[in-house]
Amino acid sequence: MSSLDAMYQELILDHARHPHGKGLAPTFDGESFQVNPTCGDRIRVRVSLGDPAVGRAAGGDLAVGWPVVADLTWDGQGCSISQASASMMGDLVRGKDLSEAAALGEAFGELMRSRGRGIDPDLADRLGDAVALEGVSRYPMRIKCALLGWMALKDAVARAATGDASPARIPEGI
Amino acid sequence: MTASPALSDQELAAIRSDFPVLGRRGEDGRPLVYLDSGATSQRPRVVMDAMRDFAENHNAAVHRGAHTLAGEATEAFEDARAAVARFVGASPGELVFASGTTGAMNLLTAALGAASEGRGQGLGRRFAILPGERIVVTQAEHHSNLVPWQELAARTGAELAWLRVGADGRLRLDDLPAVINSRTRLLAFTHASNVTGAITDVGAVVAAARQIGALTVLDAAQSAPHLAVDLAALGVDFAAFSAHKMLGPNGIGALYGRAELLEALPPGFTGGSMVEIVTMREATFLPPPNRFEAGTQAVTEAIGWAAAVGYLAHLGMGRVEAHERALTARLLSGLAELPGVRVLGPAEAAGRLGAVSVDLDGVHPHDAGQYLDAQGIAVRVGHHCAQPVHRALGVHSSTRASLGLYNTAAEVDRFVAALGQVRDYFGAGL
Repeated sequence: MSSLDAMYQELILDHARHPHGKGLAPTFDGESFQVNPTCGDRIRVRVSLGDPAVGRAAGGDLAVGWPVVADLTWDGQGCSISQASASMMGDLVRGKDLSEAAALGEAFGELMRSRGRGIDPDLADRLGDAVALEGVSRYPMRIKCALLGWMALKDAVARAATGDASPARIPEGI
Repeated sequence: MTASPALSDQELAAIRSDFPVLGRRGEDGRPLVYLDSGATSQRPRVVMDAMRDFAENHNAAVHRGAHTLAGEATEAFEDARAAVARFVGASPGELVFASGTTGAMNLLTAALGAASEGRGQGLGRRFAILPGERIVVTQAEHHSNLVPWQELAARTGAELAWLRVGADGRLRLDDLPAVINSRTRLLAFTHASNVTGAITDVGAVVAAARQIGALTVLDAAQSAPHLAVDLAALGVDFAAFSAHKMLGPNGIGALYGRAELLEALPPGFTGGSMVEIVTMREATFLPPPNRFEAGTQAVTEAIGWAAAVGYLAHLGMGRVEAHERALTARLLSGLAELPGVRVLGPAEAAGRLGAVSVDLDGVHPHDAGQYLDAQGIAVRVGHHCAQPVHRALGVHSSTRASLGLYNTAAEVDRFVAALGQVRDYFGAGL
């Protein structure tokens, strides 16, 4: 398989053609708008957070966990890599708590920086479909495409934490 | 069939051997096809040699110091200015070195901003832009000839208006009377779009501007490398262009201004090298062009640029233009055969340059560019620093092949063949 074919695996093209979670939810707790300056591609990500899980820690104490990503929706336009990556990201983090979501973002970043050498198999297993994007790591000019959605997620979560749920302003018009 | 190239196969082969990078091979082992000259052109050996010779034998600070090297460096720098000026039909005093086209446009808007704030005394008053006056640009502009004018309008309270682009990618010059009003002070427009390739009828814009006494500013970044450009004959007041798109190094470009205008214009950037007398409270400024060249200049790059224009002048811009037009015609007719490929800009080679952008139905430009790159073909993908013209043509971005004088018919054919496979590869033709 050529490097090109390794990057454009059928799974990736499938996600790009039929993206999951594309279409913005009307309500949300945090939103982010990100642009890839090299191509002008853009993405808007909205997250809604659910209440943290409450449970008994090992010692029997009551423990409050992290809020959960109850929903993640997005919209934007971009190449098949950015679209597939956003689609896979949503599948991956929906239902996870913020700590897990951040760890997955770190793991995905590590995959993108791996230059085709791969990452720890256990870590890779946790990335679900997104591990198919490993081929992108051989193309430094395209890593930003794959990370665009993840950057927006990180920012949207940060905005949710500060209670800043106002939509990101972008210039309209011709 | 298209017209035969104005450069013979032997001449073209000789030209190509002057450009070391054209010997590179792509990922697939085949020779590199470089179709991104609209972003930056490749450099002939004479340019690298001139820069190296200067650095090895003559390098010194220019316009200061009295030693032998300083004299040689100053002479070489001013000779370079004269060579570049001659190449575009200007006199040396009308050519201000800048960091590039963007730098030149910012140099000009900074100067006009200074004049608008009352700098430049009586002479500078003619450049003052007042609240409610109008600055006219076009939808076809590269961001370098748009954003600086947006900022100047915001600083001065002027109103920004623009000429639109038609469906064929050409400026709608018929709208000029409606866009230019009596309060219009300046029209900034491109000589040739870096996206559509369309060449502007400069004479028509200049004539309209003169009727109301407005200044004209020409972005010649795309035209200077590909056409014989005579700025004095075109009659524009100011113009900007870059070395790196015309076989020269990056980091240098120029602002052209008609002599009497530069004479009256106050400087926008100030500091060393542009002053006469400096006291603790004030300074007087040198005459142009030095008045506008604050700080250390890109001297080595100026030497390289002079070698580049020497190379172009030796070939003759008429022949360069004829060669590129024949290739453009071949490219356009090849693209016309491909399903799902829409050319953004004029469909015929007449009145346009060889910067040819396409929209591929169902395929994002970034993906198309990656496929082409895997075949050793270098094109530009994205918005090419011109978002509004893409929006005007109903797309976000495009895939652009832009020709240079060193490209061949065989390269054009390889590009067309590869582009024809892109939609199938991504399943867009299904």
